[in-house]
Amino acid sequence: MIEVRWHGRGGQGAWTAANLLAMAAAIDGKHVQSFPAFGPERSGAPILAFTRISDKPIDLHSMVYDPDIVVVLDPTLLKNVKVTEGLKKGGLIVVNYEGSPDKLYQLLGIGRGEYRVVITPATKLALEILKRPITNTAMIGALLKAEKLVRFESIEKALYERFPKPIAERNVELIKKAYEEAREV
Amino acid sequence: MTEAVTPKIPLEKQKLLTVNGDEAVAWAAKQSLVDVVAAYPITPQTIIVEKFSEFVANGEVHTEFVPVESEHSAMSACVGAAAAGARAFTATAANGLALMWEILYIAASLRLPIVLAVANRALSAPINIHCDHSDAMGMRDSGWVQLFVENVQEAYDTTIQAFRIGEDERVLLPVAVNLDGFFLSHTLENIHILPDEAVHEFLGGYRKVPKVKVDYFEEEVPLMLNPARPLSFGPLDLYDYYFEHKMHQIEAMKRVPEVVREVNEEWYALTGRRYGDGVLVPYEVEDADVIVTVLGSTAGTVRHIVKKLRGEGKKVGMVRIRMFRPFPHKELAEILKGTKVVGVMDRAISFGSYGPSFLEINTALYDLKEKPLLVNYVYGLGGRDAPPALIEKMFEELLRDAEKGFVEKKLRFLGVRE
Repeated sequence: MIEVRWHGRGGQGAWTAANLLAMAAAIDGKHVQSFPAFGPERSGAPILAFTRISDKPIDLHSMVYDPDIVVVLDPTLLKNVKVTEGLKKGGLIVVNYEGSPDKLYQLLGIGRGEYRVVITPATKLALEILKRPITNTAMIGALLKAEKLVRFESIEKALYERFPKPIAERNVELIKKAYEEAREV
Repeated sequence: MTEAVTPKIPLEKQKLLTVNGDEAVAWAAKQSLVDVVAAYPITPQTIIVEKFSEFVANGEVHTEFVPVESEHSAMSACVGAAAAGARAFTATAANGLALMWEILYIAASLRLPIVLAVANRALSAPINIHCDHSDAMGMRDSGWVQLFVENVQEAYDTTIQAFRIGEDERVLLPVAVNLDGFFLSHTLENIHILPDEAVHEFLGGYRKVPKVKVDYFEEEVPLMLNPARPLSFGPLDLYDYYFEHKMHQIEAMKRVPEVVREVNEEWYALTGRRYGDGVLVPYEVEDADVIVTVLGSTAGTVRHIVKKLRGEGKKVGMVRIRMFRPFPHKELAEILKGTKVVGVMDRAISFGSYGPSFLEINTALYDLKEKPLLVNYVYGLGGRDAPPALIEKMFEELLRDAEKGFVEKKLRFLGVRE
C-alpha cells in the first residue's frame, strides 16, 4: 500500500488532487481511498489531504501518519509546516518550487540523501496555462514523473470524468508540462 | 463459507465508481425507485441530498423531492408519504437527527418502512461536525432497525438492502443505515454498483404495501392512506390497546434478524458481496483469548491490527456489530463464550453509565456459565481519530488483562488527554 499526503492551502485543490489520483488508480484496477484532513475549509489556511492506493482491499479507516510520499502544492507552506513529519525513511517529497535546491533542502530541514526530492515550477505553469495559481494538477504531473503510481491515460480519464471538457483539456496540458519540467534535485 | 460462488451479476458487469460514502448512498437511493425524498441539509450528510437533488434536476429519477424547512418536517413528510404507500427516503446527522426524534417514534409505531441514512456525527455542544455515534444512540429505543456499515461499498449495498428489510411483511419497520461521518461520508473509495434493473428486480419493483382485512370493507385492502378506501393511521389508543400495539412492534423486531440474514445471502448470490451473516461480522475469533467488538468504519482499522498481531502469534480477534437494533445478544454470546477478555469499543457514552454496546454485551453474557472479562473502551468522540497504534495499544492492554485474569478498570477512555 502506498500512502500519499498532500499539503496545500484551502482553495488550491489539494483534496481534488487526492481524489483525482485515487480515481485514476481505481481505473487502473487498484483499491483506493482519498479524504481530506477533515474540517471546515478556510481559503488560504494550510490543509491536508490523503490518498491510499493498494493492490488489496484497504481496511484502514484512520488518517495517514507515516506516508510514503508527500506532495507540497504551495512553497510558502515550507516555512510553517513540517511537511516531512512521519515521512518514511527514503520517502519521496514532491514540491512546487523554483528556487535553488540548496535553499529547498534548508527549508525542508533535511540532509542530502535522506529523501528523494522532486520539484516542478507548478505556480508558474498554472498561471501560464490555467491563468490561475491552482497548482493541484501540475503537482500530479510532477508526482507521476517521480513515481509511476497510475497510468497517464487513467489520470486523463479521471480529469474528464471530474471536469467539463475545456477545463479537463487545459489541466491535461498542465500535467504534461509539469511532468516534463519536473526534476529530481 | 469460502467456496466460491459466481454471482448472478459478475463483477465485470458491475460499474466501477470512485465515490465517497454520501455519494454511494445517493446512488443506492437513485436505483431504489424511491417515490419521495424529503430532506434538510446538515454536514456530513449534505452530499447525499445534494447528489440526489442533482439526479432529480436531471430527470434521472421519478422521485418527488421535498426540500423541507427542518428535519422534524423531513421525517414528518416521509411519514405521510410512506403512509400513502410511497417508498420514502431521507438522510441526516447529529442535531438534525435529534430534531427528528419525536417523529422517529411515529414512523416506527406506524410500521412505515422509511429508510434513513445517518452520516454519524457528534451532538452539540460544543459544536462539532465530526464522527461519533451519539446521534445514532439517541434513537436506539425508537423502534427503528439500525445497521452500521464499515466502508463505502457497504454503504451502497446496505442502503438498497434496507428497503428490502424494512418492507418485508415480517418486518414493516423503518431502517436507519449508519455511516461514519467523514471517515466514510467524505472518503472516496472504489466501489461496484449494480445495473439499475438488477436493483429494481432485487427490490421487487416499486414498493408494494401489504393487504389487510378491515371490518368495514368486504375485501382485503392495501394498508395505505387512500380516500377511496379510508383507513386511519395512529389514532388515539389509550390503556385499552396501546400495550398490544407495542407488543406487535416487539414481535416485529424479533423477526428482523432472519430477514437481515436472508437479504445478506440473497445479495451475496446477486453481487458476490456479503457481510458476515448480515448481523455480526466475526474475524479470527475461533481460538481468540481477546476479542474486540466494534461498530462502523473503525472495524477496518481493528482488523488491520488483528492481522498484524496474529502474524506475531497473538490470539486476538474481533466482531463487528453490523446490526445494533435489534441487538443480537444470543448470537454474540455464542461467539464470545470461551474467550478470556472482551474489549467493547463504543464511539458514544451514556453519561453516568457506560457505552451503549457495553451495556448490551453485559446483558448478552450474563447467562453464560463462564463469563469472559469485560472492558469498555470509549473512543473517538467528536471525530478523534483511532489510529492503528492506538488500537494496538488497546489489544496489548487486553492481552495483559487476559494474562492477569482480572480487570482493574472496567471503563477506559482511548486516545484522550489525561
